[in-house]
Amino acid sequence: MDELLHLLKRNALETPENLAKMLNLSVDEVRRRIANYEKTGIIRGYQAVVNEDQLSLGRVTAVIEVKVTPEREGGFNSVADRISKFPEVESVYLMSGAFDLLLFVSGRDLKEVAFFVSEKLATIRGVISTATHFMLKTYKANGVLMESAEGSERLKVSP
Amino acid sequence: MKSSGSRIAAHVRDIPRSGIRDFFDIVSTMKDVISLGIGEPDFDTPWHIREASIHALERGVTSYTSNMGLLSLRESIARYVARHYGVSYNPATEVLITVGVSEALDLALRAIIEPGDEILYHEPCYVSYAPVVIFAHGKPVAVETRAEDGFRLTRAQLEAKVTPRTKALLLNFPNNPTGATLTPEDVRDIADFAVKHDLLVISDDIYAELTYDGTHTCIASLPGMKERTIFLHGFSKAWAMTGFRMGYACGSPELIEAMMKIHQYTMLCASIISQEAAREALEHPETDVEEMRAEYQRRRNFLHHSFQEMGLPCHQPRGAFYAFPSIAHLGVTSKEFALGLLDKEKVAVVPGTAFGACGEGFVRCAYATSMDELQEAMRRIARFIHTLQPSARARPHTA
Repeated sequence: MDELLHLLKRNALETPENLAKMLNLSVDEVRRRIANYEKTGIIRGYQAVVNEDQLSLGRVTAVIEVKVTPEREGGFNSVADRISKFPEVESVYLMSGAFDLLLFVSGRDLKEVAFFVSEKLATIRGVISTATHFMLKTYKANGVLMESAEGSERLKVSP
Repeated sequence: MKSSGSRIAAHVRDIPRSGIRDFFDIVSTMKDVISLGIGEPDFDTPWHIREASIHALERGVTSYTSNMGLLSLRESIARYVARHYGVSYNPATEVLITVGVSEALDLALRAIIEPGDEILYHEPCYVSYAPVVIFAHGKPVAVETRAEDGFRLTRAQLEAKVTPRTKALLLNFPNNPTGATLTPEDVRDIADFAVKHDLLVISDDIYAELTYDGTHTCIASLPGMKERTIFLHGFSKAWAMTGFRMGYACGSPELIEAMMKIHQYTMLCASIISQEAAREALEHPETDVEEMRAEYQRRRNFLHHSFQEMGLPCHQPRGAFYAFPSIAHLGVTSKEFALGLLDKEKVAVVPGTAFGACGEGFVRCAYATSMDELQEAMRRIARFIHTLQPSARARPHTA
């Protein structure tokens, strides 16, 4: 992966000026490349990594395994597209192994997710079965630890 | 009765307190300091290495090892050194595991120095070189490297300092504190010099993996040099394992045997847990070293550009994780600069004089610190410099 993308994935707020210094590029070149990534859709957006547990919102997230009958034309894509359109669905992945699609679904509470599974998801044509797992606690997300690391014990000055 | 101070051996008593220690004492009394004064990686040791040491403890691996160190680790080291630095060592007789490179250097010097022998070393350099030569009853002879040469060591500088009593040359590239490296031609010149004067070379290659421009040339890999070189390396910097205290020395069986004699009676062996960790580092290298190197390189670029932007002359560091900008034009000494910066802006840098008298006019800025901290430190240093600029300081007089 381009080093610029690597740095933006780690911190999307890094300024073009700093990126330019780190990568030995001109500021204009950095801006041009970012604009190009945005235009071609390689960069799809910028989001904050939020520790929702800390907000005590009481929202729940479920990981749902879905078995699907692929369609003659379109394979898994048409069912996956259909599922992806629900706003409560945060992520959808096609998987190898014992099930086909893996969903991350969030809702106000357990009831709301349960309703989504039984009334919306399970009734979609092509969906054979679902297995829903509720998340209890987030330790690490998007490569970021949710608990603050302990302070460094390095000496302040060393040879 | 004699005072206890008068019982201390003169050659120990006469060594001045380390400039870094003085500075450490001041910094450690202050809160919220951004420190660019730390000569060790800010990364934690990669998890698989830490996990391997935990596993070793669980298995009850808590005994002494052979004086030379675990044979399996010496075999891993021999393979690693051959692959990366192009020198083949016999793990049975030519590799010694030590407690950090610091111990390895001390052993090497004690093994070869007769009282009064001269040891050539280059300044600015790591703080321990001259003192350990003195502890071994040798005479350290400094060769001053210069900013205009990018702090490289040149043959002409060496020729000017060599005498019939010179026994060995001590090398450290990539260099702490300057970040300088040697080109393959420089290394060849230095090897020719060593052969001509029949010198041993002790090469501290602890920063070898952290080379950003070009590749590291190990002097022992040059024709005829393996026999006269003691190659020192370890795990502290590239693997972020400072606290494990893991180093090693490679050299001819005779030299290694002599060093082992001192090691066995003074240290016995290095910690077996650390040795297990080091073996994991070499046998399952993953991408740790490469990722850290890439991160240091970005920080290096950032610092170099930032110093240029604020008008602080700084040669491009080519290795290690230190920048060594010049502050001479600001009309203050290195120490005044460092103390002022600490006092006004709470940023710690180390005065260049801690690394030898010729470090006057420079400060060492370690970039083994997160990018966020580096960015804030650069803002503060720029602000501080502005208050020092001769024009800014002259204003009150002209008003």
